[in-house]
Amino acid sequence: MLKIEGLTAEIEGKEILKGIDLEVPQGEVHAIMGPNGSGKSTLSYVLAGREGYEITGGTATFNGQDLLAMEPEERAATGLFLAFQYPVELPGVGNANFLRTALNAQRRTKGEPELDAMQFLKTARARMKELSMPEDMLKRGVNVGFSGGEKKRNEVLQMALLQPKIAILDETDSGLDIDALKIVADGVNAMRGPEFSALVITHYQRLLDYIVPDKVHVLMGGRIVQTGGPELAHQLEASGYGSVQAA
Amino acid sequence: MNASVENSLSEAGAAGFLHRYEGLRARLPGIGLPWLAALRDGAAEAFRAQGFPTRRVEAWKYTDLAPLTQAGFGEPLTPVESALPLPRHAAPKRVVFVDGRFSPELSDTDVPVRSLARHLPELEGRLGTLARVDDLPLVALNTALFEDGALIELAPGEDGGVIELLSVTRADRPVTSHPRHLVRLGEGAKLVLIERSWGHGESRYLHSPVFEVEVAEGAHITHARIQQEARAGLHLSTVFARVAAGGTYDSFLLHAGARLSRSEAHVALVGPKAAAHLNGAQLLGDGQHGDCTTFLDHAAPDCPSRQTVKTVLAGRSRGVFQGKIHVHQVAQRTDGYQMNQALLLSDQAEIDSKPQLEIYADDVKCSHGATVGELDEDQLFYLRARGIPAAVARSMLIEAFLQEAIDGVTEESAQAALSEAVAGWWERNAA
Repeated sequence: MLKIEGLTAEIEGKEILKGIDLEVPQGEVHAIMGPNGSGKSTLSYVLAGREGYEITGGTATFNGQDLLAMEPEERAATGLFLAFQYPVELPGVGNANFLRTALNAQRRTKGEPELDAMQFLKTARARMKELSMPEDMLKRGVNVGFSGGEKKRNEVLQMALLQPKIAILDETDSGLDIDALKIVADGVNAMRGPEFSALVITHYQRLLDYIVPDKVHVLMGGRIVQTGGPELAHQLEASGYGSVQAA
Repeated sequence: MNASVENSLSEAGAAGFLHRYEGLRARLPGIGLPWLAALRDGAAEAFRAQGFPTRRVEAWKYTDLAPLTQAGFGEPLTPVESALPLPRHAAPKRVVFVDGRFSPELSDTDVPVRSLARHLPELEGRLGTLARVDDLPLVALNTALFEDGALIELAPGEDGGVIELLSVTRADRPVTSHPRHLVRLGEGAKLVLIERSWGHGESRYLHSPVFEVEVAEGAHITHARIQQEARAGLHLSTVFARVAAGGTYDSFLLHAGARLSRSEAHVALVGPKAAAHLNGAQLLGDGQHGDCTTFLDHAAPDCPSRQTVKTVLAGRSRGVFQGKIHVHQVAQRTDGYQMNQALLLSDQAEIDSKPQLEIYADDVKCSHGATVGELDEDQLFYLRARGIPAAVARSMLIEAFLQEAIDGVTEESAQAALSEAVAGWWERNAA
């Protein structure tokens, strides 16, 4: 279970998160919706451990472990995965090498045997086929020259390979056409089960037609101001964020 | 340190080397050949006139030879055959020079490399034709003092295969060596030369080789230079290459060792469609100084040249890149490309970069660029967010930075040797 209590964070002296309280129980998929500038991406970066944010108060734990005390790679090894809103290009780092290094780093931390090149390729190819990704994407530099849709699919591929316990999807729907959106949603839905939970961060309700959440939270002005069922997403789509009263 | 070593130490600076020359002259190989005696004496005189370069000399503005000029150095002792640990082969066939002298015992047989010292009578008009001594004091010193070197002569059309030329210094005392290597490729000949400089020991020492490389029409040489000197070593090397029509001098320089290293390349493209690749990488850790200086002469039309040099600097290190391209008036349709990039891993590291283009022809395509940067925090975070430990993530990004330069090496064997040297550097400097 992901448990966030009273989390406050600032960047360059500006307070962005003003006291987040949120619980995502194991096996559930929650959505966070909110207008631009509400702190959605900050929340995902703070949870994943990106530098540059100062945590000024509160806690964030995953299955009882203090996330905020861990290095980003330790958070990943405990099963936390962030699908980036803007996946980073890594010229000169081959996608296959990247994926295998990441996978084996996590397997090593968990005390599992590492995959050799053949085992890895077999697994990776199977996942790529599910995501309709051309095989030559393994040979290219990570995200280099990828279209917006390809980058997002590459994020979902990483998630499928790394098998996290909780995935934070930061606006994974942005820049996707409807076919790519369905592929990405299928990739996430395939992960769903009692061992997997997700926090789907999105501006629009569209993605939530395909990844139906157990709960929807509305983030505004650095706080969760409303929580409801999937119907809340439709309500927001119809009447806009202006209809939500800041708590 | 025993007495005989003490005695072999000479006074510091240029005077010490000149006294050495006077003392050694009668015993230097080939001194009985009038042309060679004249060459050596002339070079010694040129060195006397110039002395060691100081930072007041424009070409040496960024590299201070104080570690060389303010300490005493001695000549190598007669080999005491002790078990010398050698690095693994970088090519199936290799020849080994120890302290500047050919070592038949450590070298493979059936390699088209001979000891220069044993064939000097044949080399009149061939040795010293490319190396300039009047404005290059280290080349003058080498010409005066060289004892041996590799002699590689390939007949027209001959394929010399892949050869490793390993120069080892036993750095248990402050020795200097000035080997002179002569490489001559006949028309259409081919050679892959993996040249490694390697030191074993803790003492300061100087390894200052000079190469003269003649590439005849249509010949092709890949010259991979891997500098892995011991930590206290000084490496000051100079390569002269002359490339005839349709020939290629394809070189890659790696600076990974030594306290102070400077590698100069003087390459002249003298026939139409001659090509030069002067790629390189410098991996500099705390306390190291690396200097890659190149002079490229486009003296004929339709010649392409490519140069990508990347420098990674950690700790308190300093890197230098100086690249001059001179396009003569006759060199129409020159296609020149020069790029140098530096990655600073510490606040205390410094890079000086000086590209220089002099173009006298009007139909020319020449581009150059330079960048200096740090590791990208977003890239680092992306890797770490996938569970890759910070140190591994850093090394992946550094390798990626270097990869572009190494990708320019088309010979697989040379590329493998370079990649291994890079990995070795990283293992020693990872922190």
